[in-house]
Amino acid sequence: MEKRVTFRNLWLPYVLVAPQIIITFVFFIWPASQALFQSVLIEDAFGLSTEFVWFENFEEIFTDPLYLDSMITTLVFSVSTTALALTSALLLAVMADRVIKGAAVYKGVLLLPYAVAPAVAGVLWLFLFSPSNGIIALTLQAMGYNWNHVLNGGQAMVLVVIAAAWKQIAYNFLFFLAGLQMIPKSLIEAAAIDGAGPAKRFWTIVFPLLSPTTFFLIVVNVVYAFFDTFGIIHAVTSGGPAGATNILVYKVYADGFVGLDLGGSAAQSVVLMIIVVSLTVVQFRYLERKVQY
Amino acid sequence: MVESRPWVTYVTHATLIIGLIIISFPIYIALVASTHPAEDLISTVQGWFGSNMIENYATVLGTGKKSAGGVPVGIMMWNSLVMAIGITVGKITISIISAYAIVYFRFPLRMFFFWIIFLTLMLPVEVRILPTYKVVVDLGLLNSYTGLILPLIASATATFLFRQFFLTVPDELAEAARVDGAGPVRFFLTILLPLSRTNIAALAVILFIYGWNQYLWPLLITTETDMTTIVMGIQRMLFVADAVPEWNLTMTTAILAMLPPVLVVVLMQRQFVKGLVETEK
Amino acid sequence: MKTVYKLLLGAGIVAASVGGVKDASAAIEIQWWHAMGGALGETVNDIAAGFNRSQTKYVVKPVYKGNYTETMTAGIAAFRSGKPPHILQVFEVGTATMMAAKGAIYPVYQLMADQGMPFDESRYLSSVVGYYTTSDGKMLSMPFNSSTPVLFWNKKAFAKAGLDRAPETWEEMGEFSKKIIAAGGAECGFTIGWQSWTQLENFSAWHDVPFATKENGFGGLDTELVFNSPLHVRHIGQLADWQKDKVFIYGGRRGEGNPLFAEGKCAMLINSSAYYSGLRKTTKFEFGTGKLPYWSDVKGAPKNSIIGGATLWVLKGNPPEDYKGVAAFLNYLSDVFVQTFWHQNTGYVPITNAAYDLTKRSGYYEKNEGRDVAIIQMSGTPSANSKGLRLGNFVQIRDIINEELEAIWSGKKTAKQGLDSAVARGNKLLRKFERANK
Repeated sequence: MEKRVTFRNLWLPYVLVAPQIIITFVFFIWPASQALFQSVLIEDAFGLSTEFVWFENFEEIFTDPLYLDSMITTLVFSVSTTALALTSALLLAVMADRVIKGAAVYKGVLLLPYAVAPAVAGVLWLFLFSPSNGIIALTLQAMGYNWNHVLNGGQAMVLVVIAAAWKQIAYNFLFFLAGLQMIPKSLIEAAAIDGAGPAKRFWTIVFPLLSPTTFFLIVVNVVYAFFDTFGIIHAVTSGGPAGATNILVYKVYADGFVGLDLGGSAAQSVVLMIIVVSLTVVQFRYLERKVQY
Repeated sequence: MVESRPWVTYVTHATLIIGLIIISFPIYIALVASTHPAEDLISTVQGWFGSNMIENYATVLGTGKKSAGGVPVGIMMWNSLVMAIGITVGKITISIISAYAIVYFRFPLRMFFFWIIFLTLMLPVEVRILPTYKVVVDLGLLNSYTGLILPLIASATATFLFRQFFLTVPDELAEAARVDGAGPVRFFLTILLPLSRTNIAALAVILFIYGWNQYLWPLLITTETDMTTIVMGIQRMLFVADAVPEWNLTMTTAILAMLPPVLVVVLMQRQFVKGLVETEK
Repeated sequence: MKTVYKLLLGAGIVAASVGGVKDASAAIEIQWWHAMGGALGETVNDIAAGFNRSQTKYVVKPVYKGNYTETMTAGIAAFRSGKPPHILQVFEVGTATMMAAKGAIYPVYQLMADQGMPFDESRYLSSVVGYYTTSDGKMLSMPFNSSTPVLFWNKKAFAKAGLDRAPETWEEMGEFSKKIIAAGGAECGFTIGWQSWTQLENFSAWHDVPFATKENGFGGLDTELVFNSPLHVRHIGQLADWQKDKVFIYGGRRGEGNPLFAEGKCAMLINSSAYYSGLRKTTKFEFGTGKLPYWSDVKGAPKNSIIGGATLWVLKGNPPEDYKGVAAFLNYLSDVFVQTFWHQNTGYVPITNAAYDLTKRSGYYEKNEGRDVAIIQMSGTPSANSKGLRLGNFVQIRDIINEELEAIWSGKKTAKQGLDSAVARGNKLLRKFERANK
């Protein structure tokens, strides 16, 4: 994980790192710490009356049985979305890498979902699956399968996983493709000459060489599933029905932004942050060992 | 590609086509919706194209649909463009030099900086948005492009990606550069940067679209209507309280809003192919 | 009358866009943050333009800040950063939060008094303003877009079963639905929207029973929820039961169930009166508007329904000379012509008696059958149970109610279990709000 060869320079690295660090500090660290500080307060929305309450907000979270439910829901959601998004994208990228005819068309179209504004995407999926008049919902019902994600929690989960993964597939596809294109053709050719079929070539050469990209994508996908998906949930199910799709970040948003319970929401964010940080550290510790640079 | 096994090619194309259909279906629906008059869309989704295409697009482009606040689409697209380009260029620049420093130099606080930068991924934006807003107000950056762009540049994804990439670059290259007497700056500019082309292209696409699709942040810090971005305009048409949105014109604007990102994708495609050729040393 | 006014307004807009802009630099700008998207936003802009044209000292600038939630949060963020807008549109569930923020809001009655503007509270429809007044009748915020739930019924489907009027009681809802389904007029009897608002909050007001103690919260922050009374449990339980025969189908938390009615699947819809114009556009059949049904064995029913929608709050924190303009604008909004214009161009109800009278006399309600049901349903003097709600953290409480009701509809909980749980969870939030706003 470390480079053998490095440059020695006293001041250059600081100069290079400075812009990002400064911006990070002013626009992230400073506001974030203020936000997190609110987790030990109980205050009204306008900030006019504040009370310092130590860890009461945290206590409240952990004694709420629904919070545990929300954790499990989040886990199910994140794993499903990440798995679906990564495998589909890898499959499509490998396929797209092999073709020459029509390559531009495939790549262009497969990247489109990422270009769709999230609110529009959410509405589109709602449209398609609406139990009363959505094309896909009606097709399913005609086939005898009673689709009603408004009442059925399991179906609601399926719907949001599909909607969330849809967007992520484009993102993963792009990076997998970039990674694949950097693998020297000569290696593949050599293996083919040795008699290795496409499947074998993939697992023994391509996949390992792709591992830095894969690692990057796993980490980013998990973070995405945890954090950036509240928009989809909000547009499609609002955490329902009966809390079946109420993932942790949605609760943070619902309580903080909508409910204006800044203290409670901040406390939840702290917990969420700790979870994700731990997950990432674990990934760096254990997964990264397997990555070949 | 490598050998000719026709059935493999068929499978490949088949998989891609199926993937294409599944992935693009929702977008196809949006496109179809943008070609219908409003009445057709109110209660059902249309399966095939309608007859109103020219009319819808002309309305949106020409008179600046009043329900989007009366701001002409042209201005909104321009704002979105400035914002997206600013974010793309800004993020790539500061991330690539940070990643370079962290990978290729040994200096105290190195890993500390890396983790600080990385930490920015770990907190959802909605939580820190209110305090960030206050910072922006204090700095006097409301209603300005700087205010729109600067706070969004602090992100770790790009740095992380470049770090991954730099770690795969063979050490021999750096060694050779050192032997040649090239300083770190020369090495970076003449060797590392060209090699990073594919990744930069990929990031450019992602970051441009990310900047382009920003909604919550521009909504909060702009009060001047001529600073509205196109996605804000779409949201405004979509989420109408207690009433039915004008789906056809909303979808028209949404499709128009997708065009620049698509353009960026198409432009960046060339970089991918070039990358393939370059690695044949 | 209406056409003349529209022409005048149109001319005014042209004049304003040509001439008004130049004066903008000299005039005092008043920021009005709102959540009216789509065509409603156009109407908002028209109204502001009308005011700006009528004088040159002030310029009202409407700024769309997202949906209700986003707008309210933006307003709060701005206040916390020291740069609040003058006028903020807040939805009715945010009332308690706004009211508790005494250091941030500038109550309307006080604003008007300070500016020496005559302010006659009796101009306003009492059930509309009742929600936003203190217990001694002083108006805190200005109602702007208000609606109330009504019963839309499919005349064609009813005719198939030989019925020609809307059901008046809940018993009839069941009877009529079964008849219609049997006669093939529709697949289901009725569906609903905004379930907490229509089936619990308005249900309580309509039947003159409390939703929460302490006059539904008007009397103090130490209020407690009581919508799990035997009557409520019986009502919700009946709805859940009716799903079996498709007398009732649940379509979604807000307006997602509307297509079920618009496409003729369900013969009736209970939802906000504001959806009227949208439904007119989307239904291919004639529909009527009726009052909410009530349980015939409940004494005191029907009383009056309560409003939904949003109001305009004035925030402190801007230079004192600006507020004269704010007061002038609020006055302008209550003007009979402006109110009539707003009422007739949107799905909302007029807030002044004068506007209602004018609309009546112009024959508008004959041409647009059913648009006056909402107003009639809200008339009369409200009791403590039907004045409205003033509960803190209500946005989240509604979400809890939504969750529990969904659990009941899907059979996971009985009506009693669900409502008890909702009350318990909701009360916790009320206590939190009480504490945060000591």
